[in-house]
Amino acid sequence: MGSWRAVNLTRMLTISRDLHDAIIEHARRDHPDEACGVIAGPAGTGRPERFIPMLNAARSPTFYEFDSADLLRLYREMDDRDEEPVVIYHSHTATDAYPSRTDVSYASEPDAHYVLVSTKDCGNGDGPVQFRSYRIVDGDIAEEPVRIVEVSKKPSAA
Amino acid sequence: MAIDVRIPTILRTYTDGAKAVEGSGGTLDELFTDLESRHPGIRARLVDGGSLRRFVNVYLNDEDVRFLDGIGTPVGDGDSVTILPAVAGGSA
Repeated sequence: MGSWRAVNLTRMLTISRDLHDAIIEHARRDHPDEACGVIAGPAGTGRPERFIPMLNAARSPTFYEFDSADLLRLYREMDDRDEEPVVIYHSHTATDAYPSRTDVSYASEPDAHYVLVSTKDCGNGDGPVQFRSYRIVDGDIAEEPVRIVEVSKKPSAA
Repeated sequence: MAIDVRIPTILRTYTDGAKAVEGSGGTLDELFTDLESRHPGIRARLVDGGSLRRFVNVYLNDEDVRFLDGIGTPVGDGDSVTILPAVAGGSA
């Protein structure tokens, strides 16, 4: 428990292997369109727990947008479950996993980890993929380390 | 004489952290002007040049007001208005 708190204070994304892989799988599947979604977690904990892939209403290789009705449903649901969007992810399919000007202009969750995945080198296949995480606050981009934890195994087994 | 307005995290700096506030008015435009009188600065985050900002979604009783009359959408007592920032972006 104490280690979670320390991790949060150092502004790092700590994410399970399963959730990390689920994001990449979604990005590969939707390539060449951008994929997007959220990992919700209990409010105030900063722990990403519930994987919620979203439909890219723009169905575009250069833009993503949550459908407005889906967005309302998502936030209602998180509110009812006392959750918040811990991770907001999307993919870039022809450029690096770095926030674009558009990404920055839309970023509106100062507490969220904005995860970007790039499928430019792997497409729908198994090739190399970029997975990076950022804080975006008031137009400023700060990359943060990503720590992947193997929760399904015993800590010492890895 | 109240309309319930749900405030997203990013705008709670204008509402002293409140997740919901009350307001009044006959249209969304009037409601936002009323909110501005108690929460200075909030209107400019919602409205630009007489219409809703592109980055903001506003719902009247679960209906996106872009599919109603936008900022001119009539509102009244007992209505619930939810404000959510769009989740969008992309490499373009």
